[in-house]
Amino acid sequence: MTDTKTLPPQNIPAQTHPAKQILMMLWRDKLAFCAAIFILIVIFCALFGAPLLEDVATKQNLRGRNAAPFDFSKDWVFWLGGDALGRPLLARIVVASQNTLMVATGAVVVSLAIGTTLGLIAGYTTRMGSQIIMRLADVIMSFPSLLLAVIVLYMLVPSVGNLIIVLAITRIPVYLRTSRAEVLEIRERMFVQAARVMGASTNRIVFKHILPVVFPTLVTIATLDFAFVMLAESSLSFLGIGIQPPEITWGLMVAQGKAYLTTAWWLSFWPGLAIILTTLSLNLLSNWMRVALDPVQRWRLEIGKKSNG
Amino acid sequence: MTAFLQKRAFASLISLMGLVVLVFFLSRLTGDPTTLYLPVDASLESREQFRELHGLNDPILVQFGRYVGDLVQFDFGMSIRRSAPAIDVVLQAFVWTLQLALITMTLVTVAAIVIGSIAAFHIGGVFDRIATFFSLIGASAPDFWIAIISIVIFSVGLGWLPTSGTGTVWHWILPIAVLFIRPFGLILQVVRGSMVSTLSSAYVKTARAKGLRNKPIIFVHALRNAMLPVITVIGDQAAALLNGAVVVETIFGFPGVGKLMIDSILQRDFTVVLAAIMVTAVAIFVMNILIDILYAVLDPRIRY
Amino acid sequence: MADHLLEVRNLSVDFHTAQGTVHAVRDVSWHLDRGETLAILGESGSGKSVSASAIMNLIDCPPGEIVSGELLFDGQDLLKMTDDQRRDLNGRRIAMIFQDPLSHLNPVYTVGFQIAEIMTAHGTPKDEARARALELMERVGIPNAADKIDSYPHEFSGGQRQRLMIAMALGMKPDILIADEPTTALDVTVQAQILDLLEELQAETQMGLLLITHDLGVVAEVADRVVVMNSGEIVETGTATQVYHNPTHPYTKQLIGAVPGTGEMAEPMDTAIKPILEINKMGKKYGAFTALQDASLTVLPGETVAIVGESGSGKSTLAKTLLRLEDATSGEALYQGRDLVTMDAAELFALRREIQMVFQDPTQSLNPRMSVYDIISEAFVIHPEILPKEKWTARVQELLEQVGLNASHMYRYPHQFSGGQRQRIAIARALALEPKLIVCDEAVSALDVSIQAQVITLLNRLQEELGLSYLFIAHDLPLVRDFAHRVVVMQGGRIVEQGPVAQIFDAPREIYTRNLLAASLHPDPEVQAARRAERLDLQEAV
Repeated sequence: MTDTKTLPPQNIPAQTHPAKQILMMLWRDKLAFCAAIFILIVIFCALFGAPLLEDVATKQNLRGRNAAPFDFSKDWVFWLGGDALGRPLLARIVVASQNTLMVATGAVVVSLAIGTTLGLIAGYTTRMGSQIIMRLADVIMSFPSLLLAVIVLYMLVPSVGNLIIVLAITRIPVYLRTSRAEVLEIRERMFVQAARVMGASTNRIVFKHILPVVFPTLVTIATLDFAFVMLAESSLSFLGIGIQPPEITWGLMVAQGKAYLTTAWWLSFWPGLAIILTTLSLNLLSNWMRVALDPVQRWRLEIGKKSNG
Repeated sequence: MTAFLQKRAFASLISLMGLVVLVFFLSRLTGDPTTLYLPVDASLESREQFRELHGLNDPILVQFGRYVGDLVQFDFGMSIRRSAPAIDVVLQAFVWTLQLALITMTLVTVAAIVIGSIAAFHIGGVFDRIATFFSLIGASAPDFWIAIISIVIFSVGLGWLPTSGTGTVWHWILPIAVLFIRPFGLILQVVRGSMVSTLSSAYVKTARAKGLRNKPIIFVHALRNAMLPVITVIGDQAAALLNGAVVVETIFGFPGVGKLMIDSILQRDFTVVLAAIMVTAVAIFVMNILIDILYAVLDPRIRY
Repeated sequence: MADHLLEVRNLSVDFHTAQGTVHAVRDVSWHLDRGETLAILGESGSGKSVSASAIMNLIDCPPGEIVSGELLFDGQDLLKMTDDQRRDLNGRRIAMIFQDPLSHLNPVYTVGFQIAEIMTAHGTPKDEARARALELMERVGIPNAADKIDSYPHEFSGGQRQRLMIAMALGMKPDILIADEPTTALDVTVQAQILDLLEELQAETQMGLLLITHDLGVVAEVADRVVVMNSGEIVETGTATQVYHNPTHPYTKQLIGAVPGTGEMAEPMDTAIKPILEINKMGKKYGAFTALQDASLTVLPGETVAIVGESGSGKSTLAKTLLRLEDATSGEALYQGRDLVTMDAAELFALRREIQMVFQDPTQSLNPRMSVYDIISEAFVIHPEILPKEKWTARVQELLEQVGLNASHMYRYPHQFSGGQRQRIAIARALALEPKLIVCDEAVSALDVSIQAQVITLLNRLQEELGLSYLFIAHDLPLVRDFAHRVVVMQGGRIVEQGPVAQIFDAPREIYTRNLLAASLHPDPEVQAARRAERLDLQEAV
């Protein structure tokens, strides 16, 4: 029996900086990389483009009514055409991105925060407390989110704030269930037991040991959910019970263009395309995250080329 | 099993009651109920008359008791716009929605399972990549947009299919096709993911060592194990369709619950909205129980 | 040369992975004849299963690649056959059973269906296959086979599941049975039964048996010839006796040297010292089920007390209740006079420093998202009175060196280390609290024999240096024999026998202890032959 005092330094690779590592992994998956770029552009539009183009987007121009797209002789904001009141579509899409993203971000952040907190409590509390929380989730879940939103918005005023609240409520169960299920599983893992043996408090176990393990899963779900909430908001706006004019969102723009479908397809087409590209990007990013955040699968992104590709 | 079903039905009942309470108090406490029940232009007298008639001036708990009592007898009141009991109007529409949901989900399930399984078996291959790409697009597509674009192309442009109604088989094609896309994309991804992990499981290795052909390995050994997470998603998607594919029904003028609900909301026909909520909620509870039974059938380890 | 039933010639297999190409096996040759048992012996990563997987066509290409070689079965090269031809041989002429039968049996189909399936897949009519499945279940010793044929895998015990796997493999009366670690997760007494069954069946059918194992004891028990593998290459071949007694390759020598159960046994300690831990009639019930009953034992300072028993014996429950991971339902556990069972939270918190635990699987017991520094220094975060913050780094380095790790690796993450290194990290974490008693719950069971020996040596050294006491929970008797001062034998939630290690191993009183000892395998084929005779005698006596 030999016990070398210090083991030979096996080839344990040094840790590269996490941010650089993430960028490298993103670069490996070209589709996800494009998706990330696109999402960044959309966020940029929402933050800076909207205030800048606000005036241009609302200025009516009767001569440019339903102007056809791809007329590059015009001002660049008209390259995607003009709407029924002659307002430039491109500028309107940029402006609308603000409301669209704001509602989705608000709803996702609120539901993520509340759902995760409730889930952690439900997973680490008495049977009774857990039961109440879960039944509450059942009530919400028994209802597809779109419908619940329709009912509540029917009774309340459809403002941005209310829309966020309603959509957030409908998405809470998603995070609640996931975090609770994960907590129940992780709390039985041996490293949690080891922490308990060391005397770690419940708070420390939940926030230091359990939350970091659950969090990547939740972020992955949140990304996917962002797409879902965006679609829900767009549907509500399309049905006329979401955001009300003169405010605009992409969904509302599709609805407004519906009347001119046969004569000016671009009115509905471009905002719809914006929606589909954004949700597609979010889905791609979420898929990428699922791999990148999973230590077992991460190698697929860390190597240059898929060996079985 | 029976004990489980009873327990499950009881839990559903509790949740349903929660829903009843929620709807009641939301409708009474967020403003004047007469604005919900009566047309916007109703006169003050008719509002007062309505209050008297329906006891809206009684204490809130008395109102609640009456409301629950009526619900138990499936009495939601008359539809203001249609002069028929609200429940009848809703049930009529629900039959349409049920047909639409059944046909769509059957197609979706079969297609997603077959294509997802094959994609998982050839992971990384051309078929897999194409299937994954299209399922992602499908899962990302806003259905209202797909619906109007397909009307432009197939009804207006090519003139192949009617734009709305339910008269012939042709009328069903577009709504089903549009409803198909999103659930198909979502379920395909779950099937694929689940199949990838079951195909690398130990019992599939055993099956290969036994000398089984690929078909029984995929469709007998792997698939049944891969179905459990898939069923959950199928349930969610089916629930969404059962609640009336609001948007698609509206666009294609399909007389289902979704369109009925939106119409009633726009016409302020609250009794119908209320009846529709309850009918679909009950339908979803029933479906959830069916799904739990399906779990137990598929996996003998699940014994409630 | 062509008269061997199965012959592997110069097989080389590569795996193309993230870290580059791994040569899983290089230039491996061996053969197997009818009625013969060949063992392939090796530790994890030695490539011992690769040739078997190649024979069964179970290597996924890519990422695997069969670079060169021939696999001759009945004189025909398997590698030149079509997939269909090979599929036809699988199960019909060459069958395979695996470790961990629970995950290798499909959970959603009945065992009857799964056994019959191997026959229907090769053309047997359904009724006939089912009748034969029943026959086979009876043959492998499943009681009430007729009632159990429509049961599901989870309704059987671990040993029965392996019997069912064997029944399945025998469905087509194969010429060759490949058994990949068939008894690894099983209790020793069950392991002995399964090996007996395999030998009986081999005598009946004259099939060739290829046994893949990491356990020299299993080799000694059943193998005629043995092939020793290390990092993808064959380092030694010969009869089991030859290899054990006259190993030529240094690796084989080292492997045989590392096998526990052959060294000196420890002298009992002076019992006049006051014990550090005294457990009195401790019990634990889960509802109506009694997991632990009237357990009483003592641990002296600087002593190693081993608790041995098979699965379900209550040994892990004892550890959990002792550490208050579960609450005991009766009895007391006095640690330096203070009762752990009834102590309040504040007192317990202070005592956490004194009693620590090392878990079975270091992959599971280290938080994957914390660096080694965070893992070890967590002790100081929780118990800040141990050390001021500025000294943490130095202390973590010191601890890492103490357990034989490179201190400069402290900002790396657990998955970057090997299994043995991870267990060292776990030990360093326990030591950070400066405990007096460490409970080791199967702390080395998941490790390879040579790594196991290193960790045991480390534990021994730490005991000498720091005067630690160990409560060492294990199922592996030879390991306990070399390591413990005193041994406690548990069965069905009760302590059936306890005493100094020499007494338990040389003069066991209880029949259960004797059964356990007789079932545990000795690496020397000659000693094992004698032990086997003893075991069969014991069986007849019962």
